Parts: sequence; structure tokens; C-alpha cells
Amino acid sequence: MTTPLVPNLTLHWDDADSHTLTGYQRHGGYSALKKAFTAGADGVIQIVKDSGLRGRGGAGFPTGMKWGFVPQNDGKPHYLVVNADESEPGACKDIPLMIANPHSLVEGVIISSFAIRANHAFIYIRGETPHPIRRVRAAVAAAYQAGLLGKNIQGSGFDLDVVVHSGAGAYICGEETALLDSLEGRRGQPRLKPPFPAVAGLYASPTVINNAETIASVPAIINNGADWYKSYGTEKSPGIKLFAVSGHVKRPGIYEAPLGITMRELITYAGGMKSDLPLKFWIPGGSSVPMLTADHLDIPLTYEDMAAAGTMLGTGTPMVFDTSTSVVKAVIRWIEFYKHESCGKCTPCREGTYWMVDILKRMEKGKAQLSDMDLLVDISAQISGRSFCALGDAAATPFPAALKYFKEEFEEVIKMAGAQA
Amino acid sequence: MTISEQTKIELRELMSRYPQSRSALLPMLHLVQSVEGYVSQEGIEVCAVEVGLSTAEVSAVASFYTMFKRYPVGKHHIGVCTNSMCALLGGDNIWRTLSKELDAGHDETTADSMFTLERIECQAACTHAPVMTVNWEFMDDMTEQKAAQVVSDLRAGKDLQATRGAKVRTFKDVQRTIAGFDDGLVDEPSIDASMLAGLNEFKNSTKGGK
Amino acid sequence: MTILANSNQPKSNDNDLITAVIDGIAVRVPKGTLAIRAAEMLGIEIPRFCDHPALSPVAACRMCLVEIEGMPKPQPSCAITLTEGMQVKTQNSSQVASSAQEGVMEFLLLNHPLDCPTCDKGGECPLQNQAMSNGRADSRFEGTKRNFQKAININAQVLLDRERCVSCARCTRFADEIAGDPSLELLERGAKQQVGVADDQPFESYYSGNTVQICPVGALTSAAYRFRARPFDLVSSESVCEHCASGCSLRTDSRRGKVLRRLAGDDSEVNEEWNCDKGRFAFRHLMQDRITTPLVREHGELRPASWPEAIRYAAEGLRNQRAAVLAGGRLTLEDAYAYSRFARVALGTNNVDFRNRTASSEEQDFLTNHVAGTGLGVTYQDLEDAQVVVVIGFEPEEESPIIMLRLRKAVRNKTLKVIAIDSANSLGFKKLNADLRLTKPGNESAAISELIKDLQDQNSIILVGERLASSHGAFSATVAVAEKVGARIGWVPRRAGERAAVDAGLLPNLLPAGRKVFEPRDREVVASAWGVSVEHIPTKPGLTQLEIISSAVQGEIDAIVTAGVDINDVANHAAFAAALNKTFVVSLENRASSVIEFADVVLPVGAITERAGTFVDWEGRLRTFDAVMQESLALTDARVLHLIAIELGHTFKDDAKVTSLRSSYSSLGAVSKPGTMNLVAASTTKTGLVLAGWHHLLDNGSLQAGEPHLAATARAVVAKVSSETAQANGLISGNRVIVRSKLGAITLPLEISEVAPETIWLPLNSEGSSVAMQLQIDIGAEVSVSDGGAI
Ligand SMILES: Cc1cc2nc3c(=O)[nH]c(=O)nc-3n(C[C@H](O)[C@H](O)[C@H](O)COP(=O)(O)O)c2cc1C
Ligand code: SF4
Ligand code: FES
Repeated sequence: MTTPLVPNLTLHWDDADSHTLTGYQRHGGYSALKKAFTAGADGVIQIVKDSGLRGRGGAGFPTGMKWGFVPQNDGKPHYLVVNADESEPGACKDIPLMIANPHSLVEGVIISSFAIRANHAFIYIRGETPHPIRRVRAAVAAAYQAGLLGKNIQGSGFDLDVVVHSGAGAYICGEETALLDSLEGRRGQPRLKPPFPAVAGLYASPTVINNAETIASVPAIINNGADWYKSYGTEKSPGIKLFAVSGHVKRPGIYEAPLGITMRELITYAGGMKSDLPLKFWIPGGSSVPMLTADHLDIPLTYEDMAAAGTMLGTGTPMVFDTSTSVVKAVIRWIEFYKHESCGKCTPCREGTYWMVDILKRMEKGKAQLSDMDLLVDISAQISGRSFCALGDAAATPFPAALKYFKEEFEEVIKMAGAQA
Repeated sequence: MTISEQTKIELRELMSRYPQSRSALLPMLHLVQSVEGYVSQEGIEVCAVEVGLSTAEVSAVASFYTMFKRYPVGKHHIGVCTNSMCALLGGDNIWRTLSKELDAGHDETTADSMFTLERIECQAACTHAPVMTVNWEFMDDMTEQKAAQVVSDLRAGKDLQATRGAKVRTFKDVQRTIAGFDDGLVDEPSIDASMLAGLNEFKNSTKGGK
Repeated sequence: MTILANSNQPKSNDNDLITAVIDGIAVRVPKGTLAIRAAEMLGIEIPRFCDHPALSPVAACRMCLVEIEGMPKPQPSCAITLTEGMQVKTQNSSQVASSAQEGVMEFLLLNHPLDCPTCDKGGECPLQNQAMSNGRADSRFEGTKRNFQKAININAQVLLDRERCVSCARCTRFADEIAGDPSLELLERGAKQQVGVADDQPFESYYSGNTVQICPVGALTSAAYRFRARPFDLVSSESVCEHCASGCSLRTDSRRGKVLRRLAGDDSEVNEEWNCDKGRFAFRHLMQDRITTPLVREHGELRPASWPEAIRYAAEGLRNQRAAVLAGGRLTLEDAYAYSRFARVALGTNNVDFRNRTASSEEQDFLTNHVAGTGLGVTYQDLEDAQVVVVIGFEPEEESPIIMLRLRKAVRNKTLKVIAIDSANSLGFKKLNADLRLTKPGNESAAISELIKDLQDQNSIILVGERLASSHGAFSATVAVAEKVGARIGWVPRRAGERAAVDAGLLPNLLPAGRKVFEPRDREVVASAWGVSVEHIPTKPGLTQLEIISSAVQGEIDAIVTAGVDINDVANHAAFAAALNKTFVVSLENRASSVIEFADVVLPVGAITERAGTFVDWEGRLRTFDAVMQESLALTDARVLHLIAIELGHTFKDDAKVTSLRSSYSSLGAVSKPGTMNLVAASTTKTGLVLAGWHHLLDNGSLQAGEPHLAATARAVVAKVSSETAQANGLISGNRVIVRSKLGAITLPLEISEVAPETIWLPLNSEGSSVAMQLQIDIGAEVSVSDGGAI
């Protein structure tokens, strides 16, 4: 039996006005908000906990639990920060979501802020994407006009201000603590933890940081209940998710489906392989997670099954590559990316990526030796687990992962170049 | 060039949006770029004074972010994604074509100051690879020919529409949007087949649609 | 083995202690102790670069990674706080830790230049040392290293070699967290990240030299020391700074009798491990313009003389004369003590004053009853622990920079509020987030009286500076308020020797250790300590400096002994010159000074590096030091005075050696409780425009002579007024302003700033603004101003 697609966030994207308040409300938009006010803040947290919603930013942390960490009655302001920095190679789901359905995010922001007792929320959108910035700004403005934001929202006594904030080109600002520094007008370098943001985040006050898709998923959960949400997916990975399938498929795009769908199914939905060349490798969720091959096409796309396969679900935005692909080139570009985006704070990531790129460039120019492969593995190991934040770990991922399946290809590239020289 | 009083008022407006004014620094530097075409030394100093920081602190921030440019950007900023997905799906060729066409390398501006060319990183548009941007607006599913056409249309001053985004204006104009000022272009159509791929599949499979 | 935490750790009671295990050794430490600190207590040295105990942890360099049981990844020990039962394994017992450290070391050396042989840090470089002990023998890196243009100046005295930088952010954190001068920053991102300053804007900080000292590699070097020596050629001595009353402990490095550099010493109770740039970089005065032989005046000219001749000459000139002693505020306690004794016994006079600056009888009364002989009073730690510190007539950064650091530390910890009563705002006040009460000079006592509501029920301290002596009633008001609210008072003089001078009794009414001239019992105690009969201590009250000068001008004083005074420091310098002209002058000096041209005998004494001694810092803390130049034959002031006294037929119980004088002084004990000061009321407030000002830390002070790099970092010399005052007087911001007294004028660029009403603020002794010399008035005096036109 194939897993059916379940459009939820994407259901009305084909409406010409899907991004407007009218368009959103036509299909029951902002009705969850009323239910949330009725359920009360703790009630909302409980529903989200019960739904099993896990963060869609990559790490899959249970959302309700994260909200529960925020201290109550501590007298400090609380903040909600939406992470819409989406900059990881391969990740391309939050940007379309904000273009097509910004109000789901705004409604999610109101409900989530209400739950964590925040009167101020920020939506941090990567700076290079003016269109989602426009659309989310407009959605926020419309919500203010409709009395859905501001003081005493719909007579609930709850006040909320939302600021749409633009980044300025730095992948590291997707890392939640770097994002906070960036949002405070600083260099976006990650912070030491503890203290965790739930205790001391933005302006040293309790702060919840969630991915845009995570927050946009909240209204439907409140509307339809935790059980509805849990009826999709698996026990450990309940619910529905945006899968953005890119690469060598006939119809790359957004496919909303329950967790647990397989890559094979997604490729089928996407019309199969592009030029009918066989699949060479694929990556479940962003360049930070290890690649898989055709052998893994039937593993359910869940947090737990991907971990068991030695990779991660990550952002759930699979990249598909056919046999025309040079894995060597793909790896080089990813590592160049990490070098470019390394924030510079810690030694392993800053220097390790510099070194790896140096070697890989040599490899590209035909000046590498076979022993350089061991060296690259070694450097990756010297970065992995020793860097300050997960960007370093991500940088250490592609080479060893590729080597696992495509050692001969690297050897060939090195040898061929050597022969040409 | 000097930062006008009007710009200073707008900088303060950005600051007023946040509980702590320093939070506005990135948008403020975007606004400086929208006026100066880059983050000028004067712009840095003005922001420093407004927020109450040292110039070094603002320079430290400005130099961290790729979008903040040290030298005047051309009228149009052209970005070509050459991260793995786009590169493998044709981005490298597009880069070569444009670089030759414009006679400019990475982060270089054409002699006539019309274009600044940049190899850019993944734009969160892999489903639309290979991707190019004009003043950061998406130009999706590019080919070498389409890319060359975009450039020649811009040169000719023709109207151009982003694939998912607004009609193409100038780098400075879009910087103003990014800084956080409305441009009235929010309703321009921007949903394409890739974004609807799953929904269409679903509708085909359930045959009825809504 | 269980090792207990030392007192350096966070305060705690027993229940707050936890036990953790490091390399198999149990350690009991307060909750919150960092693993790296606990390891230090056990003598386990974990390599580190970014870690610095005084800076907030960043865990950026990753050099200090250790294995912690139950954690999947190695953890930075500089940022991990120990918890009960935590098992930590360092490189000594864990393969995970040692291989992580080796890996990080290899990364750090990747882009590091191989210029150790020409690097100033070579020989004392943590990176070099750790590369030797934990590094690989060869490099696996074949690429090109990161390139930067060679060393750049981040200010006139500190250079930055970016290729050597390891991005540990110690310097930038110091600038931001400790000094509060956030103009040294990390710029750029990733592999391009580098330390730097804004275009055309140097790292402006009075504390910039500390960045050189805490840089764990040779990336930051000082212009003055660069390429001058190798650390292994240097002899290091502990010493104490002679510049101000902060009392910093120093490390002085010399080679063949020449001081090559000075570093901040480590003293957790005083300067912690910082000092200011004046203390660090201004030491050429120790070697410049030195007087090497005694001189005597013959036919109007000074000529070299032998010691016996000069001593005899001096004694003859002083014998049976109406004499006075003017010993400036730069003496050690032992020397000051010797002057005090010499005046009383050998010259038979109480005419002695150390205050070569604005002074008042009210101040003298305050010093007599609240300072002299009181021993250790308000301390740095007290400042840190207080809830409110009020500073009056005292700008901490300019006038005692280590106090500013300590106050700032507490302000940053959000435990302290600073209130300032002063004539103008300043960078220092801003850094302290001070509640500034702008006060026109002369009106201080009213502002002080209003403090009662701020200080009620607060653990509070009032710090008063030397400038308060120019405000009638201000000391009285301070004492009255302090008594009412139970606040403690600290007196912070500007010069390093003033507190010792008070303690040694270099005032006309005071004997050493707070003993009073007019108290028979005090005279007896002092006489017995000196080994002289009590009749040798004159009972007749002496004259103050002002009185000595005017008496001498009127022919009522015949001879003056001077030490370390510059006549240009005082407003009445013309009278001072006339006084010296008229009298027989014996001058004890180590450098040519403004007094020399009037001296009849010049007796050279050793510079501070050439002898042992004790400075008493503002806290009343004894800062004892040994000679840096052990082999120096230079004499102390005390020794010279002793020779003259013998020549005059006086002997004392001791031999005037530094150690003997020290024990003689301490045999007098400390005053147990303050005396009663005679409170005076403020005089009516002055109308019209008055002069305000203070000394910039870096200015034309004679001890800063010959330091061009340092001088280049001095603050801009400008006059300041409020916009109202500017308007009222037709002054234009950015133009020049001419400030006139009856005797002279100063012309400076004008800056509109936060200044008290009807007040113009000038730096007191900066280039082009030497108030005593040019205007010949004190602060608080009336002045007139006019626009001096565009610059
Ligand atoms: C280098 C790096 C980049 C990241 N980028 C993003 C991002 O663009 N968007 C995002 O939601 N999370 C990103 N994350 C994950 C965030 O740190 C954080 O886990 C997430 O925003 C939490 O939201 P969630 O619980 O809703 O997933 C990134 C993490 C790292 C280490
Ligand atoms: S791993 Fe280190 S250098 Fe890399 S992004 Fe994180 S903190 Fe910055
Ligand atoms: S010393 Fe611990 S990370 Fe630098």
C-alpha cells in the first residue's frame, strides 16, 4: 500500500489569494486561535505535547516539551522566535510555505506565543529572500488590522506584537543561539549553552525558538486535535510534514505527506527519475546529513528509521541524484559552502574547513594523492564532535559519508588526474 | 554621498520596532545599502551613533554577513547559485555564461556599473534548480539561454518578472524591501508548478479536487 | 586524595560544595566551579588559549577538550561547570581528550606563521609551548597559509599581526568586558575572521597594553618593546607602580641595568592582573635626564661636587636656619618617614607639607582625622561588595584607573550603583553607568548633603579625590553625610606617594602614624621610636606649603629642602619661584626638574627601580618592593637625609636603612578610630563662570616624558561647556575658545558636552592646557571666556 499524500499546509496553495487574510480565512483560518484561547495557555501546551509534534528545523526536538521548559511566573518577558533562516543546502520548504501560506505561520505564532506567555514574537527570515519577507510582513500587517495582533487580541486579554526581521546572509544564523545573537544586532556566532534559550535567550529572557514549519503546523493541531495529528506517521514521528524533493526527478517540488513515507514513494509522486537514469545517491534532509543510496529507498522517512540507517531526517527535504552526478563535485561544493559559512568562532570548524577545501581543490585540479583521502577522513574526525556547534559536525559529514559508498570514484578521480598530469 | 535626515528618521523607525534598538542593526544596514548601494563607512558611522555603539562594533557586524557589501553594487545584483544541487543541474554553466557575458568574476561589477555578479550559496530553492537571482528575487529553473536573456533584457531596460516574486526593480529598491519597508508588490503571483507538485498529485489521485 | 577549594573560588558554604573526580582524583569544590579551574587546583594543567579566569568563557579555541563520563562528545573544560559526581578525564587519562587536543593543536598551527625566531612572544608563548608538548612533529598541511598584510597598528602603542592570531577573542573580550572600550573587535567571518579596529579609528583605551599581555600568541605586541629583547635575556622583578595611588603590582623586565618593559603583576586584592597604559609604558623617566653626581652652586652656577662636600655644603646652609621641607607626593613611605623626622629633629621645624597641588586647611583636618595612620581602610574588595559607591571630585578612570576597573566589574555584575558628583561627564562615568550629578565647582557640599536619601540603608562607600580640596565645606559635608548614613570614606589621592606622606606625617600638624604634633603623648611615642629626646620634636605648629612659600617670599624662611616637586604644578608658581630664589635650597632629585635652577645643593637619589621601599596605595595598603636594579649604588632620600642629619649633629636609633625605617614606622601602630574633624560650612556659591577640570591620565606629567607611543594615545585636548553656557557666552562648538584668568589665557577647541552650569572644563595639564602654568589659578576660580574663532 502506498502512503497517501496529505495536503494540510499546502491544501489551498492553488488559490490565487492563498497568501491573503481573506484567502486564509475562507478555509477556516484563525479559527484555531479561538480554540486556543478557550483551551488556555497550558491547555495549548498539552495539546501540542500530546500531538507529538517534533521540530521541523532539523533536530526533531519535541515541540511541546520545549515549550514546557519555559519558566512560568518568572516576571521576565518571554519571547517566541521563529526560525525562517532556511539556508542549508537542500532545504527549501519554509520559503515556499511563507510565500504561499504566510497566515498559517502568523496564526501559529499567535497561538504559540499565547502558550508560552510571550507578548513579543520575531520571525527571522533569511535576508536573501525578499518575496517571503514581503508576504509575511503583509500577513502580519493584515493580522494587526483585523485585531488578530496587538492589544487584547479578540478580547482574550492577550497582547502580542510581531516583528518580521531580515537576516543578512549567514547560514550559521539558522543555528538557534547564533540566530539570537544576530537578532540582537550582533555577529551571528553561537552562544554557549547552558544557559539554554528557554531560560536565557533573547535579551537574556526565556525564549522559544522554533522552525517556521513547526509553528505553522500548530493551528491545524489545535483545530483538529492531537489525536488527528497522531493518526499520521509513526509513534515516534507522528504527523504530517512538508517534503521538498529536489534534484534528478521529473517533478521536483513540495510534497506534503505523513512521516513514514518512503523515498521510493516520494520519487514516484515526483514522476520518477528525471532522465530515467538510475538513482546514485540521495540525502534525506539537507547537506548536513549523511547520504544514502538506492538500497535505502524503502526505509520510512521518520526520525527513528533514518537514525537507524546511519543518517538523519534533518529538514526532510530530500535531494535526489542520478548516475550522471559526480559525487566528488557535490562533496566539494558542500564543503566549500561550510567553509564559506563557518562563523570562525571555533578552531576545528574554521581551520578544518579551510584545510579540507584546500585538499579538495587540489583534488579537483588533479594534484591530490590517494593518501589525501585518509587525511580528509582524519580531518573530518578532528572536526566532528569537537566543534562548538553543529555546523562543524555538518562540515565533517559529507566526505566520510560519500566515501562509504563511493570510494572508488574518489580514487578514480585522483588516479585519472595523476595519469593526465 | 551623505545619509539624509529622512534616512535617519527611517533608521530610527526601524529601531523603534524592537524592544532593544540594537536589534535593528541588520535591517538598518540593509537600509544603508538601499541608499548607498553598499555599506559605506558613513553608513556604519551613522548606525553606530544611532544605536550607541562604537564604529568597530558596527563594522564587526557588517563584515560578518555576506549580504553587506564593501563596495558599491551595480544597478542590478545578479546571483548564480553554484552550490551542489544547482551546480550539477546546470548552475556552473550558467555561471560561466554570465561571467563571460558580463566580463565579470565573482563579486565584480561591470565597467558600466550595471551589474554585480556573485556566486551565491543555496537559496532555499533547490526544487527550482538551477537558480539565479536578480536583486535577490528568484529566477527559477534557469538555463544558460534564459539567464543570458535576463541579462540582456535588463540591459535593454525591459520589464522583467521574477518567477516567484515581484517585477524586477533595482538592487537598491529591493534592499529597501529587505530592510523592512513595504513596496506594494506583495500580491504579485508567485506560485508555480513545483510548489503545487504535491497538491496536484494529491488532486489527481483523489480525482475530484476540492 | 581530596583537595579543597581555595578562597579564590566563588563564595560558598559547605552545603554548596560538590565532589567531582578529575583523572581519578576527587575534588571538593563550590558548585559552579569550572572543570579547568578545579583541575588547576589539582595541579593538572589542561592546555587552553581562549580561557582566561577574568573573562567570560567562550569555549572557542577547543584546546581544553576533556572527556566527561556520560557525555558523547569531548567537552571544553573551560566552560563546563562541575556537578556532583562528575567524572572528568583530561589528556592525562583519556585518549579521547588527548587526541582531541592534538587535533585542535594541528588546526591552530595550520595557518600560523613559522616566525617564532623573530616573534616577540617566542620563548614565552603558550602556543609555542603547547606545540612542543602536545603538537605533531611535522605538518600535514601542504597548502598556502592565510595571508595578511604584516603588523598593523591598532593604536599608537599596540601592533597586531593577524597571521599569528588564533581567534581566541581574549583581547576583544578584555576590551569589551573589562575595559569597557569596545573598539577592538572580531571582524569578518570564518577563516577570514580577524581582530581589528574600525577604519581610521584606533583602539582607544587607557588599558590597551593589557591586550598584549593576555594574547596567548604573538599577535599583539607593543610598539615600544617590539624586537627589543628575547624573554630569556631578561631579568624579571616584582615591583610596584609609581604613577598613581592605585598601587598596581608590576613585573619589571630589565636587561643589563635597563628597564625594557613592564607588565601588570598579578595581585587579586589590588589590580587583579591588569594595569593602565601609563603604568605599563611610561618608564623612560627612570632613565632619562638623570642627575648622576651631587651639584653645588658656586658663583651662581651648579657644579659637580663630591658627596662629602655636597653634604657638608647642605648642612651648613641648613644649620640654625628657619627651614621648611616641601616633599612632594611621590615618595615611598620610608623616605617620607625620613623627611618627617629630618624636619622635626634635624631642622627643628614642623614646617613640612607634601601637597604640591591645591590644598586647604579643611582637607588637612580631614586627612589628620580620617586618613593619617588609619591603616588599611576601604579596600578594592569593599568597593566590589558595596551597593553604592559615590565618587566626589574624583574621576576614577582618569585619576586612579584600577579603581575604575574594579567599580566597573561590580557594575557589570549588577551589584553596584555608582553616583558621581562632579563638574562634567566623562567616558569613565559613562562606563560606570554612573548617576552623575553635575555640580558647579564650589557647590559640592550642597550636592553631597543631598546624598542622604541615596545612601540610607545601603552598604555604601564615598570616595573623595584631591580635587575636593578646592571646594570649601565639601570634606565637612562628606564626613557629615557618612556619619549619618554609616557610609565609609576612602580618600583617593592622585599621586602614588600622597597616602604615605600623610601616614608619615608630612603635614605641619602631624607626626607619623596619625600622631599629632600638639599631643604630648604622641610626641613622646614618636620620640622614643626615633631614639631622640622629646624636646627634639618642636611643638610650635608648622606652616603649610602655601604659608611656607609666602613666608619665604617675605623673608621669614631661610632654607627649604625639596623633594620631587615641580613648581609648575601649582598656581602660585611665580611666588614659589620667588621663594626658592630667596632661600637656601637643598634639592633631593633623581632627574633634572624645575627646582634645580633655584637649588644651592642638588643631591641625586635613586630612581624607584634602584631601591627598595613601600608605596601606600589609596586603600592604605602597604605595597612593599625590592630594588629592580639590585646592583645599583644609588642612595635613597632617607640615606641622604641621614648623612645631613649626622653632619648637623643628630643621630637616630636606627641607620635609616629601608628596613629599619619600615619597622620604626610600624612600631607606632595604627590609629584605632577617627578623630573629630572641625566641620565647616560651605561658603556662599560663586556667581559667574568658573573653571573646572581634572588631569587626563595621559598628559604632560613629568613621569610620562619621552614616551611618544604612549603620548599618541592621550585623549583629545578640548575645553568643554554645556550648550547653555556656550550660548550664554557666545561660544561656538568646534571653534576655539579663549579662557582667561587675570594672569593668563588658554586657547583650545571647544566641545559642547555635559558640563555643570556656569562652568568651563579644561584638562589641567595637557598639551596647550597647563592650567597652573598658564592661568595660574585653581579650579573653582572665576574665568572669562570668548570665542576664539574657527579652527
Ligand atoms: C548550522 C545550523 C543551521 C541551522 N539552520 C536552521 C534553519 O535555517 N532553520 C531552522 O528552523 N533550524 C535551523 N537549525 C536548527 C536550529 O538550531 C534549531 O534546532 C531549530 O530552529 C529549532 O526549531 P524546531 O525545534 O522547530 O526544529 C540550524 C542548526 C544549525 C546547527
Ligand atoms: S562549528 Fe565553530 S566555527 Fe563552525 S559555525 Fe559552529 S561555532 Fe562557528
Ligand atoms: S580554553 Fe577552553 S575552549 Fe579555549
